[in-house]
Amino acid sequence: MSTQPRGGWTNGRPLVEVKNLVKYYPIQSGILRRKVGDVRAVDNVSFDIQHGEILGLVGESGCGKSTLGRTLIRLLPPTAGEAYLGGVDIFAQKGGALKRMRRKMQIIFQDPVASLNPRMPVSDIIGEGLVAQADKTNHWDKGDVREKRVGEYLEIVGLRRDYARRYPHEFSGGQRQRIGIARALALSPEFVVCDEPVSALDVSIQSQILNLLIDLREEFGLTYLFIAHNLSVVQYLSDRVAVMYLGKVVELAPVEQLYADPRHPYTVALLSAVPEPDPRLRKKRIVLRGDVPSPANPPSGCRFRTRCWLFEQLGRPENCVEEEPPLRELGHGQAAACHWAEKINPQAIGRAANQDTTRTGADADDDDGAGVMPVATEPESINAEGAAPRA
Amino acid sequence: MTTAAPPLPVPAGPAPDTADYLLEVRDLRTHFHVMDGTVKAVDGVSFAVKRGETIGIVGESGCGKSVTALTIMRLLDIPPAEIATGEILFEGRDVLALSDREMRALRGNDIAMIFQEPMTSLNPVFTVGNQIAEAVRLHLKVSRREAMDRAIESLRLVGINSPERRVKQYPHEMSGGMRQRVMIAMALSCEPKLLIADEPTTALDVTIQAQILELIRRIQAETGTALMLITHDLGVVAEMVHDVVVMYGGRVVEQGTVDEVLLQPRHPYTEGLLASIPSKGMRGARLNVIKGTVPNPFNMPKGCNFAPRCPYRFEPCPEHDPRIEEGGGPPVACWLWKQAPGHSIPQELHDQQVAAARRAAASNTPATTAVPTYHEAPR
Repeated sequence: MSTQPRGGWTNGRPLVEVKNLVKYYPIQSGILRRKVGDVRAVDNVSFDIQHGEILGLVGESGCGKSTLGRTLIRLLPPTAGEAYLGGVDIFAQKGGALKRMRRKMQIIFQDPVASLNPRMPVSDIIGEGLVAQADKTNHWDKGDVREKRVGEYLEIVGLRRDYARRYPHEFSGGQRQRIGIARALALSPEFVVCDEPVSALDVSIQSQILNLLIDLREEFGLTYLFIAHNLSVVQYLSDRVAVMYLGKVVELAPVEQLYADPRHPYTVALLSAVPEPDPRLRKKRIVLRGDVPSPANPPSGCRFRTRCWLFEQLGRPENCVEEEPPLRELGHGQAAACHWAEKINPQAIGRAANQDTTRTGADADDDDGAGVMPVATEPESINAEGAAPRA
Repeated sequence: MTTAAPPLPVPAGPAPDTADYLLEVRDLRTHFHVMDGTVKAVDGVSFAVKRGETIGIVGESGCGKSVTALTIMRLLDIPPAEIATGEILFEGRDVLALSDREMRALRGNDIAMIFQEPMTSLNPVFTVGNQIAEAVRLHLKVSRREAMDRAIESLRLVGINSPERRVKQYPHEMSGGMRQRVMIAMALSCEPKLLIADEPTTALDVTIQAQILELIRRIQAETGTALMLITHDLGVVAEMVHDVVVMYGGRVVEQGTVDEVLLQPRHPYTEGLLASIPSKGMRGARLNVIKGTVPNPFNMPKGCNFAPRCPYRFEPCPEHDPRIEEGGGPPVACWLWKQAPGHSIPQELHDQQVAAARRAAASNTPATTAVPTYHEAPR
């Protein structure tokens, strides 16, 4: 088990390496289920996670963040790309080797109701993985050994040992999420994908679970991929943050850097959209126009351009339409996938936010959203936002 | 315990002038009689909504905020629900005394409601145009064609592009944000005086949430509709409302203007809630946690609902229920802010109490100074 302290990622090979990961879901149609296209859920994504690091992954629903997490730990087969855990190729493992590898990578799911089998007592929910992973050294197939371990992990996540006999419906949402965490940790993983672990919880319970996740990271030297759509939660927890939009990572930066000086127009808009619980901070926000385009038919060039405020501000430069912007290094460990990242400054952001207030009301009628930019609607964005091609 | 019909508790303002209020809720108690006992989902709630203003009802799941709204709309099945006491006055008329027929006229026409989940609140087998037109025709004597024109108009009002085409679409052809716009369009189609929005943006992404909040604000400015916004998101509250009602365990624990409640929270629950939100510049620090969980609804604590989880609790809390007092006193249901029966605490002691509890909370040790008679409520 890795027990490197926080910040220890500057030396050696990262724990998790992802290279050009691609995951497409086929769209089938007709009686013959012929493949007519692909939903490009994750499209050519690369990043590393160091030992003991928490990488936050944010984005709106449908941007591919959960697919990425699940593909990474082989709950879904990848379409292309490579991924390594501790230098071992995750996608190349088969049979027994894959099974042993699964012990090192676990997942905590979002919905604490749906992810626990209602017909199983907690002892079986947590014990199931132990039985599957039993071998000659750990003796997890023996009832008493397993019972002891289940009890230990219940206590670690702040529940009582005797809860093992109870069923999921007897617990509150926060307690169920603790059971989900105990299930993941009972196998002593090195890498845990936290797939929106607090999104379904109330604020006061959410903070309990976040504290628990931080404590467990310290105690067991865990490395997290923390998937969330709540930016303040990600900011609180993560060391670095990756922002996803339509299957692409559009920005990747250390957390302070990302929040202080975002270099992708989408990140800027996302940060500006978060309501702060302080009435003094009522702010002019950049409101994005329309919805996320369909990942089955993403816009050409930069995928964000149909909703991009900077694209409009710069007079719709051609390279945004024609050329897909690569994720480029911008210094301070920050990388953004925008041709015009250098043009983002407080003045530009202020202009975009102010434009919003002037156009709210009068010309909202011929727009497809309460958006910022008073522009003629493009055929592509209409298509993408409403009538997404379906099977 | 208070049972008499009270004059309204008005948070620090001029004397209540009934004419100002569009909706008044007085000492409302909605109970559910189910097999395992009685759940007091709403247990003595009072508040008022002024014309054209926005009030926020805040609380976590199970605090009774949605049941309050459903009671106002009279959408609860009776039984198992029972409205034990209370008055709901809409423009001075007692909503609870209306016949079903009068209520149907009021619902939609004067008060409209939008729900959290835009998918489940729309009928999947009718086009959105049909659904909006149906609502219009229920309330206004218009022809089919006029109703459809009105539907198109209301879709245009909520910023939907080419509404003539959209009215012919089914809900599944639309995205979540679009469906929520349709719900809002439907709610607004009869120009209600009060819009009750129950977690209207909870199921939506932040950028779509920003669009919908912007939309609600614009429509409010254009139509003068009053808004009762039910949410658990204090960020949305800070953004949208004038007055806030904080609920916990079926009771109002604190009310006031948004600045009062969010910037100088008085009730320990409000304070804890605000402190448990991860905010800027807090990275890595431990989050404040409200200890324990919401009490079992079948077995609420005898005194203050929040006492079992409260870091400031002292003698009167577990035994005596601190209601928001009628006609005066700070609008906060907490013994720290009032005199307990038989436990009148002088100002000095109050200050000591708060200071000691704050210190204890800061050093993360249990407050032992002034909690001699507290016992954990049975789970």
